[in-house]
Amino acid sequence: MTTLINILVQGVLLGALYALFAMGQSLVFGVMRLTNIAHGDFIVLLVFVLFALTAMAHLPLMAALVLLVAIAFAAGYALQYVLLNRVSSRDPLPSLMVTFGLSIVIQNVLQELFSADPRAIATGGFESQGVLLPGGINVGYLPLLTLLATVAVTFALQWLFGRTALGRAFRATSDDRETVQLVGVSHRRTYALAMAIAFVLIAVAAALYATRTAVSPSDGPALLLYAFEAVIIGGMGSFWGTFLGGMALGVAQQAGFYFDPGWGIWLGHVMFLAVLVARPQGLLPKTA
Amino acid sequence: MERTVNSPSQGFEVRRATRASKLAVLGLLLAAVVIASMPYWAGRDTLRDFTQIAAYLLFAMMWNLLAGYGGMVSIGQQAFFGIGGYAMLVLANFCGVSPFLAVPLGAGLAMLVAVPVSRIAFRLEGGYFAVGTWVIAEVFRLSVANVSALGGGSGTSLTALQGIPRSTRESLTLWLALAAVAGGIALLYWFLRARPGLALTAMRDNAAAASSQGVDVRRARLVVYLVAAGGTAFAGGLYFLGNLRISPDAAFSVNWTAFGIFIVLIGGLGTLEGPIIGALIFFLLNKFLSDYGTWYLIGLGIVAIVVALFFPQGIWGYLSRRFGLQLFPVGRRLVFGDPAPQSPAPAGRLPDSASVARSARDAA
Repeated sequence: MTTLINILVQGVLLGALYALFAMGQSLVFGVMRLTNIAHGDFIVLLVFVLFALTAMAHLPLMAALVLLVAIAFAAGYALQYVLLNRVSSRDPLPSLMVTFGLSIVIQNVLQELFSADPRAIATGGFESQGVLLPGGINVGYLPLLTLLATVAVTFALQWLFGRTALGRAFRATSDDRETVQLVGVSHRRTYALAMAIAFVLIAVAAALYATRTAVSPSDGPALLLYAFEAVIIGGMGSFWGTFLGGMALGVAQQAGFYFDPGWGIWLGHVMFLAVLVARPQGLLPKTA
Repeated sequence: MERTVNSPSQGFEVRRATRASKLAVLGLLLAAVVIASMPYWAGRDTLRDFTQIAAYLLFAMMWNLLAGYGGMVSIGQQAFFGIGGYAMLVLANFCGVSPFLAVPLGAGLAMLVAVPVSRIAFRLEGGYFAVGTWVIAEVFRLSVANVSALGGGSGTSLTALQGIPRSTRESLTLWLALAAVAGGIALLYWFLRARPGLALTAMRDNAAAASSQGVDVRRARLVVYLVAAGGTAFAGGLYFLGNLRISPDAAFSVNWTAFGIFIVLIGGLGTLEGPIIGALIFFLLNKFLSDYGTWYLIGLGIVAIVVALFFPQGIWGYLSRRFGLQLFPVGRRLVFGDPAPQSPAPAGRLPDSASVARSARDAA
């Protein structure tokens, strides 16, 4: 019984990280219908930017985090405005090609600059502290902080999309980008803002991820697959769906790891495929 | 246009071959004879090179069929490449089948596997389909990596070839590679010129319109997916027959699909000639520049981005548009008798293929 609860608790905590990975992807899917193959590599890229800021430029962690978010916002905006807007069309092939090419370039540039060694962000022992619950269940402060961040991000995105003028522009552009131009909304700028916000989410995910574990330049594709699975399991276009999708993936992987470390990731993938067959619209399909 | 075509008063004929296409077929037959004789005059490295080109080319042709004609952009074709490799190895090592026979058998097995896989993958469309197929390939990779009889994550060797002399082995591998490439090109050429190909191009250009003209879109997609799975698995079996060693990370690596996409994009998506040109270019780049490691891969990535942005038609697409060349014409060209004006030759991508599909259906 304790084992079962432990799997659930650790799975939810792991899933919070996956859900956080997926929020940026969910936003980009939702607004641009863009399948971003380089999503995982962007997370890894920002991990290495943070690493360069803290371990090489010796900035204090808080200052480095603020700078990272600013860099991410600008990079996301520029990337979408200069490059990805050219390929954001109904035909999925050009955007797939460009992001696939970006993925290969990022992985190899990082490997050339930082070598293939895994790197982590030092936080002075915070990553290993935690609280011991009755029954021997250990809950780390860092995973707990990740869960809180994910909940906060989900609320924030839901509010942004539902209650603000920008969110309205996002939804309208997603529905019909020709018509929004008639009312004075530039779909190019809207897309660029969406990507900038997605990059801020990626920066948050990157910081929490690199504190938790060491990251190597070739880790991106695995992160992309987890993020993608969380989005599809949850149901496209719903942030709480993505949240639940991440949790489901985390619990499935944790259960797999419990039986045999070799089958953890496998069970996560298989659970995703099972959801695809049984409930292709996802757990919480878009209603609004 | 439509009225002119259907008007009986106009004298016209439908031409399918061009002078260039007749020359191309002749040239390819000649090349095949030269390659087939290679064991008698060429060095071992050349034989090995050809087998590798053949595997890349076959993979790329099948990816092109899937994406360029079927409209299904997959990042998971390495699943079938790996299945082809492992099926060949299991049949040869454990079942005593000749490895050279095991390659086509493995391709057949992969087609069987592709039936249930397609049921899952077809739940997704567009970009989601692309990433979904990648997840499926990962499931196969992780599954094989957990089977200790196959050497687990570190892989295993093809021991079944031990009794066969090296020169015999190399010659047979070369001929199998040649047969695979020749068969692949012939099959695709025939397939795309026949009715299923017409339905396919119609479907790619506009699935809803094609469906309304009586094209069974679901069935056409499934057939293309299965053929592509079989061809890709053949390429995998062939590659690892030449390589003699296999591991899950090598066999199910997403790089196979990355290289396949690169070959098809550079050469020209949705043309039969494109992958052949692309495979030759890729092979030369790989042979002379792969020592540069990460820089080489960075270059490939940048080229892919630039091509996708600025030259989406690829090298062959550019050449055929610039000079009106078609080595493998799959379209139909109307040639009017005098004094009617010459109709412009449609390129490989028929702009109005749905209506052509309908006329073909009415004719049948």
